[in-house]
Amino acid sequence: MSVNKDTVRKIAHLARIAEPEERLEPLARELSTIIDWVEQLDEVETEDVPPMTSTVAIKLPLRDDVVTDGGYPEDIVANAPGSQDQFFTVPKVLE
Amino acid sequence: MSTKHPHESGHKLIAGATGDWEIVIGLEVHAQVSSKAKLFSGANTEYGAEPNSQVSLVDAAMPGMLPVINRYCVQQAVRTGLGLKAKINTISVFDRKNYFYPDLPQGYQISQFKFPIVGEGEVTVDLADGETVKVRIERLHLEQDAGKSIHDLHPDLSFVDLNRSGVALMEIVSMPDMRSSLEAAAYVRKVRAIVRYLGTCDGNMEQGSMRADVNVSVRRPGEPLGTRCEIKNVNSIRFMSQAIEYEARRQIDIIEEGGVIKQETRQFDSKTSTTSAMRSKEEAHDYRYFPDPDLLPLELDEQWIEKIKATLPELPDEKKSRFMSDYGLSAYDAGVLVAEKDRAAFFERVAIGRDSKLASNWVTGEFFGALNKAGLNIENSPISANQLGKLIDLISDKTVSGRIAKQVFEIMFEFGGDPAQIIEKKGLKQVTDLTAIELEIDKVIAAHPGKVAQVKDKPKMMGWFVGQVMQSTGGKANPQAVNQLLRKKLGLG
Repeated sequence: MSVNKDTVRKIAHLARIAEPEERLEPLARELSTIIDWVEQLDEVETEDVPPMTSTVAIKLPLRDDVVTDGGYPEDIVANAPGSQDQFFTVPKVLE
Repeated sequence: MSTKHPHESGHKLIAGATGDWEIVIGLEVHAQVSSKAKLFSGANTEYGAEPNSQVSLVDAAMPGMLPVINRYCVQQAVRTGLGLKAKINTISVFDRKNYFYPDLPQGYQISQFKFPIVGEGEVTVDLADGETVKVRIERLHLEQDAGKSIHDLHPDLSFVDLNRSGVALMEIVSMPDMRSSLEAAAYVRKVRAIVRYLGTCDGNMEQGSMRADVNVSVRRPGEPLGTRCEIKNVNSIRFMSQAIEYEARRQIDIIEEGGVIKQETRQFDSKTSTTSAMRSKEEAHDYRYFPDPDLLPLELDEQWIEKIKATLPELPDEKKSRFMSDYGLSAYDAGVLVAEKDRAAFFERVAIGRDSKLASNWVTGEFFGALNKAGLNIENSPISANQLGKLIDLISDKTVSGRIAKQVFEIMFEFGGDPAQIIEKKGLKQVTDLTAIELEIDKVIAAHPGKVAQVKDKPKMMGWFVGQVMQSTGGKANPQAVNQLLRKKLGLG
């Protein structure tokens, strides 16, 4: 599989990463190399192998339905670039 | 009562300029799990708290925070799945749905994409005419809610409150099996009734604990599905109906004028009852789902599922058929009563040990009517089931007639009190003393010799005499006794 310039432009936009036009071609080459490298795994027959979801044999831990957290709005907004009256503030979003 | 299959219900066509059209509707209902804490964090879920006061570092997506799933939320999703007669998947997977929005601090929503916790099911939808329609459920999955953006607090800024961020939602996805706004409304009511019976979601649409994304398309009857538009975040059944009506008409107009429907996300404006396009950028829909590496697959134990199954309450459909068989109610009356759990419970408390037809008439007629008129519900009803039951006892033992009972009911509804005492105090007790009734009848007969002569030829005039006697006794005379005595006195046998 090979990544072209258009794909790079699209995923950069989806990830909200600004990439100047002249960077797209080199990035496409780099990403293609990475994908080609990972694609070697396609040579392994995995038809009957279930996907490995963890390196250790543990189950998803579950917790009880108890309120144990929250109640510190000042801390939540402390590092925000903008906040007012315990709200985060962001440039106006208009749909 | 008949049940129609989805593909046969194309009977609600709407007329366009060039012929009839069929509306096709599918719904994604988002139901908030009634849990104390959030799906992946220990923050509170209660409605109406101070901004950002119910946010943990997990919900705010601070670096390094890890989600840990709430067992109760999983249990409620399974319970709801069982209530929707759906397949429970013993292995399901959480995925990241990636998009950017200010009220989504993670930059992705944890949801379930390929392997949802609940698979295919079915809901029987009760329509107003007593008919039912089956709507197939495609899936139910667990996901996080996003925060809330408020746009009207500042001219240049939007305010973001993350209290809802991370609250557990069940997204219930239907197949495109509905053919009118009425069917869609009835479907949402039924799903709401089911989750309320189960106690898995409070179904409160005003507070946003239940809302729907509505998929609407139109087609010529019998043709393949048309292109659909999705109307996002509709938060009342009335708005949903309006949105469907408007959207269907809009699509028909476009097609009839030679245009093509573009698949898009739209929003409903309740002020104008119209829909408008929301996002048109194609990439906005590229969510790049992938399994969340922070969460292992969710594995459920068959025995655990069986244990949940054993605790399911009687659900609306079962209750409806029981009300029909045990109390002899019509499909319509039974449907009205079971639509809300507390209404059904109220009826049963009134009906047990009494004439169930009479109980049903009083509960669905006088009682619900008075509640609706006063804008009240069962919870804050001024009359208890016990009091209404006592009133019905007093009708059954002929202490009062049905007509007088309505007066007593009004007094009870407005001022409260025990029906027997009200009847005693107001002197409304039915006159069953035959001599007293006879006396009144004699008076009426003596006063109207002309009518007495006529009644022999026109037996229908009996009604007039009954009316006169009832009037002179203030409506308190036992109508059957008046009838019998009058017939005898007027020589009508």
